[in-house]
Amino acid sequence: MSPYAGLGRLLRLAWRRDRLLIVLSGLGLIVLAAGSAQATFALYPDPAQAQGELAGVFDNPATVALYGPLASHSLDALANFKTLFMGAILLALLAHAIVRRHTRAEEEDGRAELLGAGAVGRRAPLTAAMALSAAAVLVISSLAAISLIAVGCQATGSWALAVGWVGLGLTFTALTGVAAQLASTSRGVAGLTLGTLAVTFLVRMVADTAPAPWLHWLSPFGWITEIAPFGANRFWVLAVALAVCAALAAAAYRLQSERDLGAGILPVRRGPATGSLHSVADLVARTARPSVLGWLITMVVLGAVVGSLVGAVGQMVSDPKVAEMLEALAGGAGSIEDIFLRTELLFASAAVTAAALAVLGRLSAEERSGRSELLLSRPVPRLRWFLAHVALAVGLAIGLLLILGMVIGASSARSLGVSIADQVPRLAGAALAMSPAVLTVIGAGALLHGLSARWGTAAWAVLAVGFLLGEIGPTMNLPQWLVNLSPFAHLSQLPGGALAGTSAVVLLALGAAGVIAGGAAYVRRDLA
Amino acid sequence: MDIAIETSRLTKTFGQVRALNGLDLRVRTGEVHGFLGPNGAGKSTTLRILLGLIRATSGQARVLGADPWSQSGAVHARLAYVPGDVVLWPNLTGGEIIDLLTSLRGTPPSADARAHRERLVRDFDLDLTKKGRAYSKGNRQKVALIAALASDAELFLLDEPTAGLDPLMEQVFQAELVRLRAEGRTVLLSSHILSEVERACESVSIVRAGAIVETGTLADLRALTGTHVRATLSDGQVREATMPAAEVAAWVAGLGASVAALTAAPPTLEELFLARYADELPADLTRERS
Repeated sequence: MSPYAGLGRLLRLAWRRDRLLIVLSGLGLIVLAAGSAQATFALYPDPAQAQGELAGVFDNPATVALYGPLASHSLDALANFKTLFMGAILLALLAHAIVRRHTRAEEEDGRAELLGAGAVGRRAPLTAAMALSAAAVLVISSLAAISLIAVGCQATGSWALAVGWVGLGLTFTALTGVAAQLASTSRGVAGLTLGTLAVTFLVRMVADTAPAPWLHWLSPFGWITEIAPFGANRFWVLAVALAVCAALAAAAYRLQSERDLGAGILPVRRGPATGSLHSVADLVARTARPSVLGWLITMVVLGAVVGSLVGAVGQMVSDPKVAEMLEALAGGAGSIEDIFLRTELLFASAAVTAAALAVLGRLSAEERSGRSELLLSRPVPRLRWFLAHVALAVGLAIGLLLILGMVIGASSARSLGVSIADQVPRLAGAALAMSPAVLTVIGAGALLHGLSARWGTAAWAVLAVGFLLGEIGPTMNLPQWLVNLSPFAHLSQLPGGALAGTSAVVLLALGAAGVIAGGAAYVRRDLA
Repeated sequence: MDIAIETSRLTKTFGQVRALNGLDLRVRTGEVHGFLGPNGAGKSTTLRILLGLIRATSGQARVLGADPWSQSGAVHARLAYVPGDVVLWPNLTGGEIIDLLTSLRGTPPSADARAHRERLVRDFDLDLTKKGRAYSKGNRQKVALIAALASDAELFLLDEPTAGLDPLMEQVFQAELVRLRAEGRTVLLSSHILSEVERACESVSIVRAGAIVETGTLADLRALTGTHVRATLSDGQVREATMPAAEVAAWVAGLGASVAALTAAPPTLEELFLARYADELPADLTRERS
């Protein structure tokens, strides 16, 4: 039997399982790229104006670290500046998800055994996974280039951007193929691949900010900087990506031939034979630990970036259109720097709410998986199990806001040249002033999860609608009563504006009512 | 208190589906009670009501003298449960999960209890340092079994606890059942491995479509269903009949003195069980059996 026997069928099966994921994320990526390019063109009808005003912002080290250096001072480069790496990362994540789902995840769940017993060649599953991922990367990147050209970007640059994405997407396709041979669990594959993604992105950051251009060659993200879409447009860099990709793919096949089905090359990680968890609160805190750590790091990075950007805000918003938009987002009180910080805090509060809802969501996830049955057949009051999740969600939300505020305070004090001892408590207070709306949404989530494990997911809709109405709504001239439905519309205008004490009390009371009603429902209903 | 579990006219509906339909279950304190029925007959639903995880639509349930729904905390402090489908936390080791489940019982484990846990781990041959996601089905079941068996509970609710165990581990489990019985603990063992129930249980209840269709000690059920007797006479003729055990002596006596060989077999649990489900078997199978 050929080692590739059954490849066609496996490929069709993989497409059948992933078509929604691929089509939706592809569409999202294309809309993101074309939409943001178009928005830039609309904002700056006169290219010369944009270049003059924004040069300072783009030379800021925090901006360069996040988005890379501007490839040229053309408006096209500016229009694709933010989406170049963001899109590349999304594409790498998609490639990773596709390959992982059809290799290690299949082996881990035993489906690979079911298929492997049929007329399926040894190399067919890995090949099908990588082929589907590669096809998705190629098609999505090409369509993105065509859409960019359609909204008015220069053609060569658009194709150079697509080539950059293809190189990165293919590299992460092959890299995930290798990781799937090394790790014996799907989670381990994610750890290896996403860890590499983070490290190589950091290498690119260092290369661009140091600056040390030779470091670019060590990172697939650096290759994109070297291609410089809408600048030098060096298409030949793709050859480097293809060579690395081919070497990785060969390594994946080689490693696969060295191992048994289901086994990994790396040893399985072990843990302690005795436990240190003594209560459901311990358990909830422990299972949430990795994501809590991730959010903490995110908030520190976000706070540092926002704080260091604020110094350049004065220049950026000399354009009255931007100032107008910021005022609509955050309300008009205070200096332009305060308005900018308030906008960022509002957006961050939505992210913080998402972190808290994810913790809360574990309550229903534990129920659906059947694990809460294992716990609640012990003398554990249901209410305690429920409140352990709510308490962690609330604690996480407040802790993240506090840390974010303090980091923004410290880094903005530096970039604005004001006293750090004043700015840190000022921003910490402003960040905490966002908590009433966050806690209201947590209360709604607690109520939904309390009512039914299935309805818990609707908490995300509450956040999405609340965020859109309250934070984006004012910029779209929605009627005020509609905007007022959102808890985010009733927050204090800090820093710089007034404290909305009564609204805060009302929001907190609503949140508490949600928790109480949710808890009451949870102890009274059947568990799934 | 000599009744550990008692339900009367228990019903449970999920939307249109009637999972329990007037179930009367009675388990005496200190007995190992087999709870038999095919998939979907209502075994797990009954156990989940007895645990207070779901509420009965109507009817009464008493577990260790208390209402399992309103007094679930008090009931749970005295029982141990092994679910049929054990799902573990993927990032906790087996050892951590066992210790967590043990400490949730409230009292810190005594030195004896620690030793008991060590012995169970050795007997069940479980690697405690593996993460939950790395265990096979059988090993996941061992984690839940050890956590339950290591506890000092009065009542054990076991939902198909051996479905993923290999025959060697099945022996270990049987030995544990013998220990529990000797210590006077009550066990409700839901299973469809009839040989396991036959070996370990003194009484059984057979559930069908959400109701108990047969209950009693195995001895009583056998006596009711009848003993199969086969006699070979000295002239080579064979006589066969099925009758209550009490009538066997008279039947043999009626054959006269010419009996060369005689076998009398009580009905197996399989026969008892299949007799309650005869109409659900495919027709050609039933014919073959009769």
